[in-house]
Amino acid sequence: MSELKLMKGNEALAEAAIRAGADAYFGYPITPQSEVIEYLMTEQPEKRTGMVVLQAESEIAAINMVYGAASTGKKVLTSSSSPGISLKLEGISYIAGAELPAVIVNVVRGGPGLGTIQPSQADYFQSVKGGGHGDYKLYVLAPASVQEMSDFVEDAFIIAFKYRAPVLILSDGLIGQMMEKVSLKEQIPRLTNDEIIEKYGSWAVTGKKNRERNIITSLDLQSEKMEARVHRLMKKYEQMEKEDLRYEKILCDDAEYLIVAYGSSARISQKAIELARKKGIKAGLLRPITLFPYPKQALFELADQVKGILSVELNAGQMIEDVKLSVQHKVPVEHFGRTGGIIHTPEEVLEALEQKIIKNGNLRYHKTRESSIL
Amino acid sequence: MEILDIIKPENQVFCKTKLMTDSALSYCPGCGHGTAHNLTMEVIDEMGIVEDTIGVAPVGCSVLAYDFMNIDMTQAAHGRAPAVATAIARTWPEKYVFTYQGDGDLAAIGTAETIHACNRGENIVIIFVNNGIYGMTGGQMAPTTLEGMISSTSPYGREIKSMGSPLKMTELVANLPGVYYVTRQSVHTHKHARKAKKAIQKAFENTRLKKGLSFIEIVSNCNSGWKMTPNESNIWMEENMFKYFPLGDIKVDGILKQ
Repeated sequence: MSELKLMKGNEALAEAAIRAGADAYFGYPITPQSEVIEYLMTEQPEKRTGMVVLQAESEIAAINMVYGAASTGKKVLTSSSSPGISLKLEGISYIAGAELPAVIVNVVRGGPGLGTIQPSQADYFQSVKGGGHGDYKLYVLAPASVQEMSDFVEDAFIIAFKYRAPVLILSDGLIGQMMEKVSLKEQIPRLTNDEIIEKYGSWAVTGKKNRERNIITSLDLQSEKMEARVHRLMKKYEQMEKEDLRYEKILCDDAEYLIVAYGSSARISQKAIELARKKGIKAGLLRPITLFPYPKQALFELADQVKGILSVELNAGQMIEDVKLSVQHKVPVEHFGRTGGIIHTPEEVLEALEQKIIKNGNLRYHKTRESSIL
Repeated sequence: MEILDIIKPENQVFCKTKLMTDSALSYCPGCGHGTAHNLTMEVIDEMGIVEDTIGVAPVGCSVLAYDFMNIDMTQAAHGRAPAVATAIARTWPEKYVFTYQGDGDLAAIGTAETIHACNRGENIVIIFVNNGIYGMTGGQMAPTTLEGMISSTSPYGREIKSMGSPLKMTELVANLPGVYYVTRQSVHTHKHARKAKKAIQKAFENTRLKKGLSFIEIVSNCNSGWKMTPNESNIWMEENMFKYFPLGDIKVDGILKQ
């Protein structure tokens, strides 16, 4: 039976981790995500399911604990917020390189530097363009509600083990801190050690028993071997694009103008398109649920239908680069977003749509190019 | 009688443990790492615990330890082996988990992970090979480089005023209540190697009894980094390294030695 509760986003995520049958959580306090470890320490999942919870000495230690447990085939996660994720990036790169399954949660706050503890979406580049060193990508899920903070934990583990790759849940201070009704899933039992050995014995380090030794490493000093590893990773990412892309179209069928937004900005933009429609403006919303893989084709096709696109993000303009790459100059694309921890209102989003997109009319880029030649 | 008539399996009185692979060691001839590897693997073999042992390799000269140790191993980021081992020991409490780290890895970049794993008293073994230099990257100054010692980043000798004193990590962690066993050994002679093996054995025995953290420093040579012949380096080690890093037990069964 699913259970209905009023919870904070961070708490819902922590409870979902227990219910997803996670074996361990390692973390370090940082605002605005400390509720995750506080909830787990209070809940004592060790007594409920046997799940280990440990407060590490740093975000660096925490991500390397994740690396350690993941090396043995355990279902393991960590959470942090922006400056803490910057610290974890070395470990995340190792996890990607060593091909380990792991879930990382970023409840984003404003930056750069110590920035602010208020909500932000300024870690888009960090999340989808690598962040850490080397050729790797993260599968990135962007929840837009407390319900999704809960649901995406299990989804993330499924992807992490399907590909033996790190999965990032990219939330923000707004989704993490707000309270909403959430329907909690039923408890999934943790795998026993014997089940882990049976399921993941082909690669996990669980002790050399009745088989050759297993080695977890991201090091290949032979160039050809290293290149083969990189190609193997790229194949995974190609498969993710084919099989595990997720996005949502809202009121797009007859849309003349399009907003692209994820996470908290998508929630706000959904209200903005409702306001627009009340004024007779046919606006739609494309909400990427995965930021990698990105809904490139859906955007490419929508660009044939709409007159202009507004990328709404709580940052100075990051995802707009992917929107432009997807749209390939078919229609004008503009950015709107507040920074510094200020959350834009639906009215501000609508005003930006009117001022930056609608006011310019159906100004397709090829016309602009012609006029500039003349 | 021809020599080949004598070299037969049935005539063998001593052989390499099967827990060392046949891969050629990547260490410089004369280096102590090979012996330290061998002793560790012999202990695991003799205790019959290979099926339940998970090793953690560091970054540094022994990054490829997993090529030579014929056991399940994971390779940690630079300095993070104690954090990696912590998680393995916490999620598999019945396993024998050990890290094998050098001085740059353990006493510089991984200081925080080392101290906190020790302070929590994780039920793991830390094998710390201290040769007073960064060997892998070509002989730079390490936290354990002795005063006046020349390295590529202390070309005029380590100067205490600007570079700090060599760090005695082993004495430091011995003072933490979570640490059960601390000893400093060397492997450059048969006598020393036998003592070191006993220490390693005791450490894994502590894991079996769930006594907490065992910390074994092995003071070793780096003839390449020190720019000496292997023999010269061992003599220099006895005359200089052992003065600053004296051999012997520091904490046994949770009790500090005077």
